[in-house]
Amino acid sequence: MAGPISLKVTRRGILAGGAMSAAVSQVALAKGQVETPSAPPPAHQKVRLTVNGRDRELDVDTRVTLLDALREHMKLTGTKKGCDHGQCGACTVMVNGERINSCLSLAVMHDGDEVTTIEGLGTPENLHPMQDAFIEYDGYQCGYCTPGQICSAVAVLEEIKQGVPSHVTQDLSSKMQPTNLEMRERMSGNICRCGAYSNIAEAMAKLAVES
Amino acid sequence: MEYNAPAGKNLFDNAKVVGKPTRRIDGPLKTTGTAPYAYERHDVVPGQVYGYVLGAGIAKGRIAAMDVSAARAMPGVLAIVTAPDTKPVGKGMGNTAPLFGGRDIAHYHQAIALVVAETFEQARAASSVIRVEYERQKGAFDLASAAPGAPLDTTRGGEPDQVRTGDFEAAYHAAYVQLDERYTTPDESHAMMEPHASIAAWEGEKLTLWTSNQMIAWNKGSVGDILDMEPDNVRLDSPYLGGGFGGKLFVRADAVLAALGAKAAGRPVKVMLQRPLIYNNTTHRPASIQRLRIGAGKDGRISAIAHEGWSGNLPGGSGENTVQQTRQLYAGDHRLTANYLATLDLPEGNAMRAPGEASGHMALEVAMDELAEKLDMCPVELRIVNDTQTVPDEPEIKFSDRNLVRCLREGAERFGWANRNKTPGGLRDGRWLIGMGMAAGYRNGPVGKSAARVKLDRRGRVTVETDMTDIGTGSYTIIAQTAAEVMGVPLKQVTVRLGDSAYPASAGSGGQWGAASSTAGVYAACVNLRRAIGEKLGFDGDAATFDNSRIAVDGGSFALTDAGALSATGEMTYGDFQDDYSVGTFASHFCEIAVDAYTGESFIRRMLSVCDAGRILNPVSARSQVIGAMAMSVGATLTEELAVDKRFGFFVNHDMAGYEVPVHADIPHQEVVFLDTLDPVISPMKAKGVGELGICGPTAAVANALYNATGIRVREYPLTLDKYLDRLPAV
Repeated sequence: MAGPISLKVTRRGILAGGAMSAAVSQVALAKGQVETPSAPPPAHQKVRLTVNGRDRELDVDTRVTLLDALREHMKLTGTKKGCDHGQCGACTVMVNGERINSCLSLAVMHDGDEVTTIEGLGTPENLHPMQDAFIEYDGYQCGYCTPGQICSAVAVLEEIKQGVPSHVTQDLSSKMQPTNLEMRERMSGNICRCGAYSNIAEAMAKLAVES
Repeated sequence: MEYNAPAGKNLFDNAKVVGKPTRRIDGPLKTTGTAPYAYERHDVVPGQVYGYVLGAGIAKGRIAAMDVSAARAMPGVLAIVTAPDTKPVGKGMGNTAPLFGGRDIAHYHQAIALVVAETFEQARAASSVIRVEYERQKGAFDLASAAPGAPLDTTRGGEPDQVRTGDFEAAYHAAYVQLDERYTTPDESHAMMEPHASIAAWEGEKLTLWTSNQMIAWNKGSVGDILDMEPDNVRLDSPYLGGGFGGKLFVRADAVLAALGAKAAGRPVKVMLQRPLIYNNTTHRPASIQRLRIGAGKDGRISAIAHEGWSGNLPGGSGENTVQQTRQLYAGDHRLTANYLATLDLPEGNAMRAPGEASGHMALEVAMDELAEKLDMCPVELRIVNDTQTVPDEPEIKFSDRNLVRCLREGAERFGWANRNKTPGGLRDGRWLIGMGMAAGYRNGPVGKSAARVKLDRRGRVTVETDMTDIGTGSYTIIAQTAAEVMGVPLKQVTVRLGDSAYPASAGSGGQWGAASSTAGVYAACVNLRRAIGEKLGFDGDAATFDNSRIAVDGGSFALTDAGALSATGEMTYGDFQDDYSVGTFASHFCEIAVDAYTGESFIRRMLSVCDAGRILNPVSARSQVIGAMAMSVGATLTEELAVDKRFGFFVNHDMAGYEVPVHADIPHQEVVFLDTLDPVISPMKAKGVGELGICGPTAAVANALYNATGIRVREYPLTLDKYLDRLPAV
């Protein structure tokens, strides 16, 4: 396995960098600056994973996030990049049944994993019940956070069913209920700047009652 | 088609499809992740490579030197475009500082380089080894210290922005009660979920930008101005936007750098502004300082009102018009409104959802709450006694349709306002201090010329093409409803194509004018298509009845498919009769809040808005516009603030962790009521926008509720607990 990117300095690298800068940089260099050696080619690694039931094998730059592997390499653009820093939740997908922020995870960490994205939940012709409920209750506006919201919503109802506690769970000994407060708390990692929260809560409540 | 007199009965009044709660037609795409946003257009052009933006590390000064040699030698790097090597680009609409080029730095995180590489990771890595040496200059970064010497704002129309009616000072001093308070609102960020993004591709002289932009026709011209090229050689395509809120009204650095990078690399280039750049690189809602002076009689009638606002911007930037609603909302013979504009070296301020009025209500509507308390009067009643049907400082101008009093009465009734505890800080529910607050709301109802093309195919299917955008507002659906209504076809027989500059120019999405304007343009095109069908089949298209894909005419009928394939364009323009009216939207807003008596944390329990905005084209998406604006109001009131580093001149909390917008846990169930009104002045649709009305006032309702709960009046937004924790009632 390849280690972290090597920053070994080579004479050839320095010469190449120097030549390049002389040829193309029209900006005067300040005094005392030291040339940075050119970096070696990026490390690549093979990764096999199952995405929406389909086996995939990728040979990726080890710096590629799971999010960018999905969006840029597999062209599964339903998963969104909102912040790339784990702050907004737009990139939420399910890995081995648990939701994660795919921007905070490197693709190469997922060898052998099963990934479910919004495309794996349903299609325009064959919607997942949560997708249908979002449409019914208008739980979205611009649509950009929506795939993440829906992946989270599906996972949240499952977490409640399995009795996984949250910050607002009052009673850990009895069967957990999908209350409005429980759902809102658990969904709070998924930001919707359009502010569809009230409608998302209603879409989720419909499915929580049905299940 | 020119709209030159208030509407009588027209085709739209059948209202078989418009006005009915309708699921969004783009819902199946958006909920399955198959609606394509700008950065995701893998299929539009082959060979796309990646651009990564470097932002300036100083707020004001000069680039002394930039060394890109190491970056150029990095693997995968195809081109580096640097500001010092690029002549400053031209300015498009709404650009204050040049988006790129030259050695001068106008604000922090102004773009200074783009690295283009085969992959995103390579571009990012290479950008990190660019070395920049700056000459830092002193700048002005503090509105409070710049405001006292700031001149009157002249950026709207060239004249000093001050309006006097009667003798404010004399009337104020003679008034039975006087209120004189100062309020501050912070810089705010749009923080839309989709970062600004563009893919650029050149074909000879021709540039195509697949982008995320609210205003296609404006910005086709702006790209021409910015890149010094013929607008006819520019195509913009923006069928889906992940939010805008005014932040995507104009061309920004993503589009410019994608275009420059694509030219330099000889490949199509995609650029998404990195989230941490957005807050300082792009525009924001400027902070304000506002002073309100109100004099009123014992009966609550306002005799004197003065609202003055101070804001700051870069040289050449416009000021925030925080006093706009004060010129419209309440009666009173003696008046003064003024805006002052200071020069600051912070990132550029510009329009964010209801510019001016969103911040203005945060001061005016709290001042009204304070006035009501001084008068020992119900805040709802105070607003009712000061209602007016003519514009207070232009009495010859009447409101086209104003039902604020109905909003207030109906809102109070529905919310249970009569049960409000009248003693601030005096109601406990267990550990919670409970309070209720309310506010009135006003936002103008603009409309603008808008065009569309409507095609009929041989199967009777109707396709609408217009460069209108859907920024989450529901444009796709209301445009489909409009075409279905006027052409007499089921909604599912209509296809809507938006956002392409190759389509007829619409009014675009901004200033809550989009819904009213774009549907009027589609209406005009549909009327022309009906006439074209009539001409072909031998009847008067205006007199025929189009219904259920059939056409009934005097003495016969046709199937719509008898017309074969036809297409028509149309544009709605507006006569100056509208100058005799003030066209506005009105609302009442209510909020119940709970404040933890021990920790000071606040939680919204209930919110209600009652809106008067003419015909509601689709109650489903209109309600969503309002609840979304109410949520944004909660953020503006309680948490959102771009924190200014006054030493180095930038917004410190420039990401989604530091800039705190509301999350699920912050927002309860929200109620919205639309009055059943029609405004015959605005357009044949008689419909006005609501997307910005919803952020005009709920802010103050939350602030007033917090006061009612705690008995503590905080006038510096956001109302974070550190500003009142030490003054909470003893527990």
